[in-house]
Amino acid sequence: MQILSLSSLTKTFGGLVAVAGVSCGVERGAVVGLIGPNGAGKTTVFNLITGSIKPDDGHIFFSGHSIRGLRPHRIVALGIARTFQTIRLFQGLSALENVLSGCHCRMRSGLVASLLRLPGQRREERLVIERAMEELDFVGLTGLWKATAGSLPYGDQRRLEIARALATEPKLLILDEPAGGMNEQETLELRELIKLIRKRDITVLLIEHDMGFVMSVCDQVLVMENGILIAQGSPQEIQNNPKVIEAYLGLDDDD
Amino acid sequence: MTQNNGPPNGPPASAPAKDLARGPALNQTNQVNHLANNLANNLAPELNGSKTNPILAILTGLGLLIFAFLPMILAALVGRSTPYWLDVINTVGLYTILALSLNVILGHAGMFHMGHAAFFAIGAYSTAILNLTYGWSIMATMPVAALAAGLVALILAWPIIHLRGDYLLIVTIGIVEIVRIALTNNIFGLTGGSNGLVGIARPSLFGFRITSPKHFFYFIWIVVGLTFLLFHWLENSRFGRALKFIKEDTVAAENMGVNTSRYKLMAFVVGAAWAGLAGTIFASRMRTISPESFVFSESVLLFTIVILGGKGSQKGVLLGSFLVIGLPEFFRGFEDKRLLVFGAALVVMMIFRPQGLLPSKQARYKLPPAWADRLAHLPKPEANGSNGPGPQNSVAPKKGP
Repeated sequence: MQILSLSSLTKTFGGLVAVAGVSCGVERGAVVGLIGPNGAGKTTVFNLITGSIKPDDGHIFFSGHSIRGLRPHRIVALGIARTFQTIRLFQGLSALENVLSGCHCRMRSGLVASLLRLPGQRREERLVIERAMEELDFVGLTGLWKATAGSLPYGDQRRLEIARALATEPKLLILDEPAGGMNEQETLELRELIKLIRKRDITVLLIEHDMGFVMSVCDQVLVMENGILIAQGSPQEIQNNPKVIEAYLGLDDDD
Repeated sequence: MTQNNGPPNGPPASAPAKDLARGPALNQTNQVNHLANNLANNLAPELNGSKTNPILAILTGLGLLIFAFLPMILAALVGRSTPYWLDVINTVGLYTILALSLNVILGHAGMFHMGHAAFFAIGAYSTAILNLTYGWSIMATMPVAALAAGLVALILAWPIIHLRGDYLLIVTIGIVEIVRIALTNNIFGLTGGSNGLVGIARPSLFGFRITSPKHFFYFIWIVVGLTFLLFHWLENSRFGRALKFIKEDTVAAENMGVNTSRYKLMAFVVGAAWAGLAGTIFASRMRTISPESFVFSESVLLFTIVILGGKGSQKGVLLGSFLVIGLPEFFRGFEDKRLLVFGAALVVMMIFRPQGLLPSKQARYKLPPAWADRLAHLPKPEANGSNGPGPQNSVAPKKGP
């Protein structure tokens, strides 16, 4: 069953066509990679799915419901969480608080309960701190729960962003270049982490430039170039697809 | 290279947390502890560290005690000018309530709002009109004043809440001017024009009429305490955190599931409603109100208090009120140069201490005992340690005060 499907999704910025009629689907439980040269429109697709920008045309279905035009916080509540290409943690807040931001949409305490610190609110606060600690533990940052997010090493910030996204209890996790800027060891750990995420029955859709990484963690790969989806298939199929090779390596002159 | 050269947290643990105590791990003792801790934190919010510093706690308690008997102490010290000094302190208290309410908007949510006097005015006029025209008792008008201010804030802020930074600032300045001009023009024939409204009644609580500066001292400062407590709770809740996320990074907050425009609007309405409530106190204390009391410079004064004290820090706001409102009373001779001094002080602050005199600190969280226990057994605790209240995580190196 497809958890996410895009149909002829289109977005233009002024005269630039960033995404031109992309149609594809993501199988539930899969790890799907979205690759393509810089400027191919990958991040735009992510922004369209998460509601950060509105499509000009086309449809987005998540678990069978259209999510086109919904604001990001509504989409998060429906079960799509994301990380950012350039890390967007709440730099000045602690690691725990960052993860608590993900818990927000699963909490219910409102203004009055917060203002008066009602018993239900306190109970929820305690439970949610445990929830957040579980996610910190899941990504291996337990001991750093008090650390200011901005002070963490780069790789840890990336993992904290994933923990924060996981705290929203997503069905689909969207990672924008999760291995970007990571060293070899950190990339290796990230691979393990994604395997663990998958075990939790969370579908993963990721953009990544590290081909070794993509080929080793993804079941399916989508390739974009100039806003168009030029290929999709298993990593092996993609590696041997002449169009993909052309997009990445260019065409020989005498061809 | 198989060593983890990152920080000492090892590779991602294998989905380990699930079996940890999740459910109702809170027994009676725990709850009592929690309550006691709450209470301690609220009485002395600056001390809510891992372990409450006993000396500081005693000092704070002593300070509160002295403050509670201030009218008597003043009487002994300054004799006949006691009412004057109490009046000054009451004014500081009133501004503290107002600045604390502005702090929700400006400090917690990070919205540049320089029109707070407008909502203060709406509260004061609501009380005055209901009391003078319809004969309501002052205390009965208080919730209505808050609601009226909140409602007006809701209507006015709705279309502008998405504005950022200085754009919002400009519009809020417009709001305070419009309200002042409306009041001056005797809108609906209710506000008495530029003469204002005269003869507002005194409030009475449980049959006790609040009249003298001494009465108002207790009345106002109890409301200050209440405001402090409620907004402290608000700050450390789902609601308050949402505002913090918005202030830090609105885009990220929205993408983590926070309805940013709704929370900004709610923060605005809560702050405005509280200013309206302060308006009730103001009206019944002065007995006469006129548009002059709610001019733009009042808004600037409140803005200054929050910025000077430390955006988002309630203690900072309290200090700011004493400095901005109380201090000039000691320098009566310079009164007309007061704004100049504030201007200079703000410039200096922005250069040397942009976060304010008493900036807000990292929020502290109490871990459930199971987690505190686990952290205590981690190979190497982090530099900033853990701050659970239990004695079990005494591994944490204590931070200096």
